[in-house]
Amino acid sequence: MGSAETKAAGPGAAEPRPAEPTGTGSSGSGTALTAADAAGVTAAGGRGRSDLAGLEAGLDALETRAAAKVPVWHLLRDKVAPPVLAVLLVLVVWQLAYHFQVKPHYELPSPADVAGSVHQMWLQGTLFGYIWTSLSRGALGYVASVVIGTPLGLLVARVAPVRAAIGPILSGLQAMPSVAWVPAAIIWFGLNNSTIYAVVLLGAVPSIANGLVSGIDQVPPLFLRAGRTIGATGLRGVRHVLLPAALPGYLSGLKQGWAFAWRSLMAAEIIATSPMLGTGLGQLLENARTNSDMPGVLAAILLILVVGIGIELLVFKPVERRVLRSRGLLV
Amino acid sequence: MATAVTEQTVRHDDGTAYAARVRQVSKSFGRPGAELPVLEDITLDVAPGEFVCLLGASGCGKSTLLNMVAGLDRPTRGGIDTAGRPALMFQEHALFPWLTAGRNVELTLRMRGVPRAERRERAEELLELVRLKGAYGKRVHELSGGMRQRVALSRALAQDSRLLLMDEPFAALDAITRDVLHEELTRIWERTGISVLFVTHNVREAVRLAQRVVLLSSRPGRIIEEWRVDIPQPRRIEDTGVADLSVEITGRLREEISRHGQR
Repeated sequence: MGSAETKAAGPGAAEPRPAEPTGTGSSGSGTALTAADAAGVTAAGGRGRSDLAGLEAGLDALETRAAAKVPVWHLLRDKVAPPVLAVLLVLVVWQLAYHFQVKPHYELPSPADVAGSVHQMWLQGTLFGYIWTSLSRGALGYVASVVIGTPLGLLVARVAPVRAAIGPILSGLQAMPSVAWVPAAIIWFGLNNSTIYAVVLLGAVPSIANGLVSGIDQVPPLFLRAGRTIGATGLRGVRHVLLPAALPGYLSGLKQGWAFAWRSLMAAEIIATSPMLGTGLGQLLENARTNSDMPGVLAAILLILVVGIGIELLVFKPVERRVLRSRGLLV
Repeated sequence: MATAVTEQTVRHDDGTAYAARVRQVSKSFGRPGAELPVLEDITLDVAPGEFVCLLGASGCGKSTLLNMVAGLDRPTRGGIDTAGRPALMFQEHALFPWLTAGRNVELTLRMRGVPRAERRERAEELLELVRLKGAYGKRVHELSGGMRQRVALSRALAQDSRLLLMDEPFAALDAITRDVLHEELTRIWERTGISVLFVTHNVREAVRLAQRVVLLSSRPGRIIEEWRVDIPQPRRIEDTGVADLSVEITGRLREEISRHGQR
């Protein structure tokens, strides 16, 4: 015991307060600790305490893992190089197909021809106009979809009759290609922006709502019980426990919602062309097709692809990584 | 903290104060007609500052009883009174992974209406109480199992309740960590004067911690025997006194379990 006594004087003994036999002292209503118990506590307290602090610190140190730092070139090698190589490979195959005339040149232009077409739009100053027309429509339609889809998803997830009534319809709508709505929307709304937004909403809202529903369904019941125990009930429970717990599922719904919004928008723009609608990427594609301008068609397809991927990589990926990493779901 | 005890304990007609009072509680699950009785006629008082362990084999309904005391479930018959809303700790830490350790504690304070300005300081005090002062900004996944349970304990203490319910909180930990947490819990119980109702199937753990051990039978759960543990704290799980009483209680528990095989 001698060594334990000396340790008690060291920095490990950060608990100088003597044990209070509060069981008897505070309530006074004759319970709990007997006098003998209390004496035992104070007498032996010092010894147990210093041992405990040291032991605990040791356990904590042993069981906590230090995060390893990844060198930058590892990151380049593992994350950047593979997709760059894949794109290069596609370009080589394309160039070879052009070279050996798998299709006649007017049907399959070379990568350089397509790049030239994009470059020409750049020189004319129209490139960003086309992208902006589509992107602003997409963004606006998407924001509206989030505003509608989120409460809808919450309602379906938490109110059983609502789920029984529209849950299956919502899943069905998600599976349905929203391009099918375009002809109907044109008849209902005419050739204007309303048609385009209607189609975008019908594409994106079900994805976002379903994402939130599955996010909420996957919340461990333990979190909800823990929330109720600390008094997070009703709307406070939704705000402080349910929604944050459902966030990973909701985020993947948001991501998928963007993909659906973007493809619905392109479908709408390709079909609903009119001088009054302005020229987005979809109309650009359709115009190039009517002019038999194959480099223009391929350039428009590439731009649609690049914008879609760009938003995913620049907006959704970082947010998702941040959320998952902070929860230890991503290493 | 000590003054709060008299305010928050419930005084009953006969003048006795208690932190929890369970009166002739029965609980069955299933449809009426095809009911499965889980608990039968449980009567149990937890005095202010008392540490009671509920002990039983699987199927004795001890967790069900704890859930009812916590207000998460309702008894079929009988009544339960508690002094305010009890704090509850689970076998899993149940900490929210989207918050840091400190924010987990703060959320409880916030739900209790503690003003924002005080929350941070209170949370740091509570973490210090479980010796995790430096863990305020740590994410849950960065903590070891023992540290998580200690954060969970300080979150439970943040409720400033007079009664702490614990549902096998150390069952998933390794032996040494569990030992350390037993000492930690004893220390905190002595220091805060909180009443504890602790559910476990581990006889030694019950004897190591409790002032009173209550043994439940299985299917349906009934109180079959009670022991007062007069061994002074701090006890160790390997103390002879703890071992001797554990042998006695284990014998009674085995007897009870064997009874089910004979039917």
